[in-house]
Amino acid sequence: MTLEEIFKELQKQFSTVPLELVVAKLPAAAGEVAGDSHIIVPADKLIEICRLLKVSDLFFFDCLSNLTAVDWKDRLEVVYHLFSYRHRQHLELKVKLPVDNPTVLHPTVPTVESIWKVANWLEREVFDLFGIIFEGHSDLRRIMLPDDWVGYPLRKDYKEEEDYHGITTTRPKLLQ
Amino acid sequence: MMTLKNQLPSNIITTKVDQVLNWSRASSLWYLLFGLACCAIELMQTGGPQSDMERFGSVFRSTPRQSDLIIIAGTLTYKMALRTKLLYEQMPEPKYVISMGSCANCGGLFQPAYSVVKGVDKIIPVDIYIPGCPPRPEALTEGLIKLQEKIKREKFLVRSTQQVAA
Repeated sequence: MTLEEIFKELQKQFSTVPLELVVAKLPAAAGEVAGDSHIIVPADKLIEICRLLKVSDLFFFDCLSNLTAVDWKDRLEVVYHLFSYRHRQHLELKVKLPVDNPTVLHPTVPTVESIWKVANWLEREVFDLFGIIFEGHSDLRRIMLPDDWVGYPLRKDYKEEEDYHGITTTRPKLLQ
Repeated sequence: MMTLKNQLPSNIITTKVDQVLNWSRASSLWYLLFGLACCAIELMQTGGPQSDMERFGSVFRSTPRQSDLIIIAGTLTYKMALRTKLLYEQMPEPKYVISMGSCANCGGLFQPAYSVVKGVDKIIPVDIYIPGCPPRPEALTEGLIKLQEKIKREKFLVRSTQQVAA
């Protein structure tokens, strides 16, 4: 099943939902999108679409192989890499979260923990490094950084603290 | 009585207390079984049969309470820094620190990273710095010998209380 066929099937099932197919190439020529081809999904319909992708015999994406995020300054993108062991098929989903409103520090997206159990830790990692809130997550704590860490290091606007528990975070350069 | 007196030159040596203390401490530097990253692989190699740190009297201990030396082998993160400091504080005096490799010396390759301590000397006092990424077993052995030389120069009995506190 090609990506186009998956996209058409999804459009048929969710006729009212604005889905977008992005065909990308690597290396990309001028005017082309670089990277992997993917489908952009609205955050409020993510759960329904993911559930269909997992349970229907046609797709059967039984494995969430990766969940990550990208900071594009004007928006945050949450990226879902799905894999179907039955059909030997990959699929990439993206959810765009606008962050143009500076008062909204933590953009929210629904958790897919109820569909793929592995999302528990993957979403905690994304929360740890990007500060994205996964609504409905059962245990949304930092997973790698210390609990008392300030800020979200992979955000483009992250500023390193002056010190951590009395340890200064800078070292003077000797050759200057 | 006369026979004992005749034996004295072959049974008794005279030396200085400092020298004996320093010799014994330098010749039994037990290091803490503690590694943080890839430098720890070289540390294991140095303790193995090829380099054999044991011929200098240096063996690993699995508890800080029996260790004289802690070798910081690898990248130190802020999360680990607090735990490393705790391990160091649990070691009995006199205690020594070897900073092994670029990461432990100054953060090394990962100095721009948000999570890496920019040198282990920011949390505990360091006696010997070993450059390299990672240092070869020969380099670590040389660092150990340099530390032994340093210990042999110490005046343990007349150390001021200030020095002990520092």
